[in-house]
Amino acid sequence: MTAATAPAAALEVRDVVVRFGGHLALDRVSLTARPGEVTGLIGPNGAGKTTLFNVVTGLQAPQRGTVLLDGRDVTRLAPYRRARRGLARTFQRLELFGLLTVAENVELAASVRGRRRPGRSADEALELVGLRDLADVRADELPTGKARLVELARALATGPRVLLLDEPASGQSEAETEEFREVLLAVAGEGIAVVLVEHDVQLVMRTCSQVHVLDFGRVLAAGTPEEIRGNEAVIEAYLGAAPGVPA
Amino acid sequence: MDQFLQATITGIATAAILAVAASGLVLTYTTTGIFNFAHGAIGMLGAFAYWQLRFDWGWPAPVALLVVLGVLAPLLGVAIELVVMRGLHDAPEAARVVVSVGLLAALLGLGLWVWPTDVARPLTRFWGNEHISVLGVRLTWHEVVAILVAAGLALGLRALLYGTRAGLAMRAAVDDRALSMLNGARPHRSAVLAWAIGCTCAALAGILISPAIGLMHVNLTLMIVNAYAAAMIGRLRNLPMTFAGAVALGLLDAYALTYLPTDSILLAQFRFAIPVILLFAVLLVLRQDRLRGHAARSTREVVPRPGWSGSLATAALFVAAGVVAAQITSAPDAVAVQKIVAVAIIALSLVPLVGFAGQLSLCQMSFAGIGAVVMAHHGHGGDPVGLLLATVVAGAVGALVALPTVRLAGIYLALATAAFAMMLDLWIFGLRDFEVGPLSISIFGTGSVAVDPIDVPGVDSAHDRLVFLSVVFALLYLLVVAIRRSTFGQRLLAFKDSPAASATLGVNTMLVRLAVFTLSAAMAGFGGALYGGTLGAVSAQNFAFAQSLPLLLLAVVGGIGTAAGALVAGVLVGGLPLLVEVAPWFENVNRVLPGTMGIALGRNPNGIAHQIRVGLAPLRRQPALLAGTVAGVAAVVGLRLAEVLTGTPFALALAAVPAAGGLAAQVLAARRAAGATATEGPDDVPLEWAGIVRPFTAEEVATMDRVLGLERRPEPTPSLAGAPSGVSAPARTAAGAGR
Repeated sequence: MTAATAPAAALEVRDVVVRFGGHLALDRVSLTARPGEVTGLIGPNGAGKTTLFNVVTGLQAPQRGTVLLDGRDVTRLAPYRRARRGLARTFQRLELFGLLTVAENVELAASVRGRRRPGRSADEALELVGLRDLADVRADELPTGKARLVELARALATGPRVLLLDEPASGQSEAETEEFREVLLAVAGEGIAVVLVEHDVQLVMRTCSQVHVLDFGRVLAAGTPEEIRGNEAVIEAYLGAAPGVPA
Repeated sequence: MDQFLQATITGIATAAILAVAASGLVLTYTTTGIFNFAHGAIGMLGAFAYWQLRFDWGWPAPVALLVVLGVLAPLLGVAIELVVMRGLHDAPEAARVVVSVGLLAALLGLGLWVWPTDVARPLTRFWGNEHISVLGVRLTWHEVVAILVAAGLALGLRALLYGTRAGLAMRAAVDDRALSMLNGARPHRSAVLAWAIGCTCAALAGILISPAIGLMHVNLTLMIVNAYAAAMIGRLRNLPMTFAGAVALGLLDAYALTYLPTDSILLAQFRFAIPVILLFAVLLVLRQDRLRGHAARSTREVVPRPGWSGSLATAALFVAAGVVAAQITSAPDAVAVQKIVAVAIIALSLVPLVGFAGQLSLCQMSFAGIGAVVMAHHGHGGDPVGLLLATVVAGAVGALVALPTVRLAGIYLALATAAFAMMLDLWIFGLRDFEVGPLSISIFGTGSVAVDPIDVPGVDSAHDRLVFLSVVFALLYLLVVAIRRSTFGQRLLAFKDSPAASATLGVNTMLVRLAVFTLSAAMAGFGGALYGGTLGAVSAQNFAFAQSLPLLLLAVVGGIGTAAGALVAGVLVGGLPLLVEVAPWFENVNRVLPGTMGIALGRNPNGIAHQIRVGLAPLRRQPALLAGTVAGVAAVVGLRLAEVLTGTPFALALAAVPAAGGLAAQVLAARRAAGATATEGPDDVPLEWAGIVRPFTAEEVATMDRVLGLERRPEPTPSLAGAPSGVSAPARTAAGAGR
């Protein structure tokens, strides 16, 4: 590699391979996310989107391939060390701390960040997603849509450079989705690299500057939303005859 | 050379028995996800049952074997699966371990009840001492049988797991129980089969090993540690590796017996520590576990974040109770109550560890013992330096125990703590005074050592000490409250909930686990030093593995999320033996009680203390009733101080007044609620949005589970496209239901 590689990708995944027994979950998957942009990742259920997030965050070790954060190889780092280098995520299957209140969930994230990195306070993060009223509610009492927003606030409170969102808009109404999109763009506007996994294809197409399509563990296509819409392989495998209908 | 050959052959025979025990353990663990801590206890019961039939009643050996291995052991396995373990597979890991440890304690108690220790029970080898010669080495027929049985079992299990449909179902159930069910497998049937085979293996191993180690309850029960040290080499899942582990252990044991010097104080009993050392060595090289996310939870866990004002009031209440108890007890009784408070302090050390972080320790009394020993040797005359040192040393040892396991899943920490307790019991705590270089180390000396109670100015009588201990308990309670309120406490609860999410937020989960275990061990050491002071003289029996089990079980039963649970544990652990003094018939009941309570309540994370709090909660909202109740309690205490009301009537009155107050408040609250109109139901959203804009209600989840047959409920029975209902999930899948 020469020094003239892509202009400072915040997150770069190269040729990642994950095998579960005989099943190839990720087959040489590469992905790049730049600061200030929302990068979309779409694909049918079981395509490997969540597995890719697990590899990036260190919860799943890949058989092959590398993960770079700000140009530094973190493939062998423990999950918490990657988090401290500015990587944050939300979970498709919610992982809020149910025994703690909403405020405690977010405070915990802010306290781990400490003063090493700049970032939102717990209050500001809750304010941004509009959940200050629910600060003292126990997290396991929230409906799914609200819980997803708390996960977002919690991830933001870590002061991330790269933010991975795993289906953050599922379970939200149309109006809520629109508000959520505003938040997403505002967050990206601060120079955070956002990677968005979402089944709401319309949302992805309207929000992302780059979209990757994953199918059976492979990157089927990558490019701008326009390019993806016109890609025949994608239409055939995923978007189907009625593009834009959520799976 | 002959000596070496002889040791090798003997070692292989021992290995064969270990392999039989360990493979049963692995089979139940892989199939049901439940690590059976009671495996050794089941082997113990099998050996005793065999003795009963064969030697006490004089049945022929083949008949006795057939009845024990073909009928009793499998039946016990089926009963355990149906009564105790069913429904536990998706419970949090801590609950699974507690129930399994409860079973261990209950079965051990049962064995002691049915076959008291006051009778000698010789159990001879099959064919006595008849032997054959192999390569010029003596090999008894008993050993030949053991080796053949192990070989047969290895082949049989292989054939079962890989050659039959039942075996395939057992292996599928391991990966994803619900999924295998929805694909037509019947995990209940697999679990029943696994428990039946597992118990038979345990009983077989118990019968084979008894002639060598003697028909003794505790020794046979603790055989489990050797078995799981072998299983650990196969990561508790791999049968061939488990057999390899058994061979390694059996050989090491035989060589140690042959070659270790018997005149060395340090090494004489070292043989017993080998399995434990091997186990820790394996822990160090095991691959790191994946961090898991949420566990499914059937009961809503309550770990309240206490406020300072309420906590200070509670602490004051603890002190007041201590003062009142000091006023109304005789000097000997005051000492008895002191022990209760001291045990409660040790139990309090479990609250941050088990209640907050969801980690288990089966060696809390061992840490207490370390504290007591340090206090005995460095706290002469009640020197506070001894207490400080006891805390530090216990904490440091705790860190060493936890260190190899922090990368691994929770079950390994529990296994390591049990192994550590065993090592102290069998080796360290039995050592006479010895010297290592310039260090002269003494533990329990020749059997017991004196511990001076801590010297505090102005605290002289037994009554003063009781008040002092109450103050210490109250202060430690406030410490636990402070931990819960701190960011450290938040990290503990977060880790318990979702290790994966904690790590992705930047929490160093290994450090958190190490820190909480160290803290807990230090608290136990501190409590142990004080407990030793109340006992006066301590011996290894006070701090044996068998003492740690009821402490953990009763702390969980009491309610491990709060300090009140620790107090309940202290009262039960310290108080039940007092009851035995009054009513001797209670002794045998007391043997099985902690285990039984652990089995019954282990899966409820909230415990008795929470039930009491819920019962009294309405009182808070009824100032008049609350005042009345407080006045009532004060009056009862006043009557006792005036010696009008004493003994049992006093105790009953003391319990009855708050109970009546709580009940009255509940009745009033219910009346008020009935007056108001019915609250809005869950019909607020269209059904298809349920679970999306609001969580599923319990009823909706139950309905879904019922339709899919994931949970058996007697009524009402749903029907599936006209097909007969009341059939199992796999059958429904066949009928076309999916999810």
